[in-house]
Amino acid sequence: MPDTIIQVDNLGKKYLIQHQTRERYQALRDVLSKNAVTFAKHVIRPLTREQKEDRQEEFWALKGVNFEVQQGDVIGVIGRNGAGKSTLLKLISRITEPSTGRIRIKGRVASLLEVGTGFHPELSGRENIFLNGAILGMRKAEIKRKFDEIVAFAEVEKFLDTPVKRYSSGMYVRLAFAVAAHLEPEILLVDEVLAVGDEAFQKKCLGKMSEVAHEGRTVLYVSHNMGAINNLCQKAIVLGKGQIIHHGKAGDAIRFYLRNLNEHHMEEEQTGVVSFREDNTKPIQLLKIGLKSNSSDEFRSVFEYQDTPLVHMSFDLRESNPDYYAVIFIQDIYGHMIFFTADDDLKASSLTKLDPGKYCYQAQLPSHLFKPGQYYLTVSLTKKHKTAGPIDRHDSILTFHITDNKSNRSVKNGYRKIAIVAPEIPWELI
Amino acid sequence: MHSNFTSNLQTKEITIEAGRTEKQYWRDLWDYRELFFFLAWRDILVRYKQTVIGILWALLRPLLTMLVLTIVFGKWAKMPSEGVPYPILVFAAMLPWQFFANSLTGASNSLITNTNLISKVYFPRLIIPTSTVVSNLVDFLISMAILFALMVWYDFWPTWRFISLPVLILIANFAALGAGLWISALNVKYRDFRYIVPFIVQFGLYVSPVGFSSSVVPEKWRLLYSLNPMVGVIDGFRWAIMGKDTLIFAPGFILSIILVILLFIYGIKYFRNTERTFADVI
Repeated sequence: MPDTIIQVDNLGKKYLIQHQTRERYQALRDVLSKNAVTFAKHVIRPLTREQKEDRQEEFWALKGVNFEVQQGDVIGVIGRNGAGKSTLLKLISRITEPSTGRIRIKGRVASLLEVGTGFHPELSGRENIFLNGAILGMRKAEIKRKFDEIVAFAEVEKFLDTPVKRYSSGMYVRLAFAVAAHLEPEILLVDEVLAVGDEAFQKKCLGKMSEVAHEGRTVLYVSHNMGAINNLCQKAIVLGKGQIIHHGKAGDAIRFYLRNLNEHHMEEEQTGVVSFREDNTKPIQLLKIGLKSNSSDEFRSVFEYQDTPLVHMSFDLRESNPDYYAVIFIQDIYGHMIFFTADDDLKASSLTKLDPGKYCYQAQLPSHLFKPGQYYLTVSLTKKHKTAGPIDRHDSILTFHITDNKSNRSVKNGYRKIAIVAPEIPWELI
Repeated sequence: MHSNFTSNLQTKEITIEAGRTEKQYWRDLWDYRELFFFLAWRDILVRYKQTVIGILWALLRPLLTMLVLTIVFGKWAKMPSEGVPYPILVFAAMLPWQFFANSLTGASNSLITNTNLISKVYFPRLIIPTSTVVSNLVDFLISMAILFALMVWYDFWPTWRFISLPVLILIANFAALGAGLWISALNVKYRDFRYIVPFIVQFGLYVSPVGFSSSVVPEKWRLLYSLNPMVGVIDGFRWAIMGKDTLIFAPGFILSIILVILLFIYGIKYFRNTERTFADVI
């Protein structure tokens, strides 16, 4: 009988949102001056009761969450931005304390919310392996035992005694992941950290992850990559607005999530455009994203198989940075990634040399590729050499449909169900 | 490996709840003892790697401060030196004072400079300021070496009292930790607190008997003067190092030590109370 390794009861996490002030921390100056004002008011008019300033607002990042995890389960956690995924991992890993409820855990927990946490640029690769290992909860003896393995995995043998500030970003990420990959906790919590590094390395990481999963380790894996969730996890939890809205087999959960997204986007579905509120804390931010066809200037969400959909993305660049680039990818309703494209695919990203200001990108999607059906577009403004998540990312933000009532193929029902795309392939006798 | 961790399973079970139990925390602190040494090791490594003059700086700073204090208080103001060379009188006080000042400054910023750790991994947060304080012991040992050199130079031999130094160092540690924990937690909550710390340190140098002997304070004010916990610590150091006929003002010393202990307990308590929200507000 499998052992219950994590048990979550009525878990909730409340944050207080301060209005007016953007910082999460306070300044003593403000507290003192506020108290002085209150005090002065009391002195001047001692009888009037103070009207309580309602500057704080409660926000439940998670509320009433219940679930159980058996030993050896690999569970995907999916949900839109702000659904509470990261908060859940932070609670289980004890980084922050719950406001309500309880979590019972049997075994050692290691959390991997970021690669290279605690890396110090001045220290050498060797020193950082020990430091990072200790931070992630490894014993010194354990790190020593696995040292060679870590170095081999990261492929940094020659640079072990070089300060990591001289490492290329690829080496840095490889080393950071290598340390994390050699943790041997009973429970591993992973947050979207695999989305860094080059493709070959990502494959290696995914390989390592599934290895971990097969060793009987329990894994909770947060990702926006439905393909990875589908491959790695047997089960998945779907979070929405801080609550579990679906819990079941990974495939079902992904379908539920995408269907749910779709309902959320009913509004956009008709117009094919979404705008965002300006958030000055982001150095680069998406303001508006929409789909047009090359034949008209209106946003739309339904295209013919023969159409060329154009993605229009307006953004505000607040701080120039040569490392910025933009990404879009398209998924179908099963979570398959149809393709992934970045603005530096063909030439250097135009963002590298832009001065601050508002701009609009146009990306031309291919015609004659999507088979009729429904698709989701994800957009991300991000940064090279990153170790944490993207700067401004919106998952499945646009939904669009491809129809085909005209072509010969449609009439013959020539779209194979199992095929993912339907490019037009000319056949000729030669 | 597989069997290895299943055997662990029975041993470690934790419950996470709002207001988690105290017992668990102290056990965690023990479990993470290695991290404590790693962080202290990192701080020391980085400190001596980053600055080109590294160790030279650790030597120069106390030497120059000692020189200035000796000239100002010893030569110009002609303060009494209790029969020992003035540089030794100053240096015996600078040992604990510099340690306290550096620890306080380091600890108060330690949580902020380790923000990424606090928001991404769990470990008892007490480790961060504590390891900073401990890493300052290296500078303390370097200053100790200077003191030995000074003693050789002046042909000044310590007495048996010298062996009480480890206890006094421990007391200095408690004082630095108590204040450091308290201020580091305040610094997370009120971010402008960092402007206050340099002031406390600067001010403290003059209200503590660093450049002069505390015997210059009139007898009736001595007890009041000992409300500054560093007075007791510094007097203790002088008593141990200068030997001979250096007297210690016992009631004042005891008062200072009691205050150090209270400060330490309060520091830990305040830190523990605010610690649970660090990751949310930092």
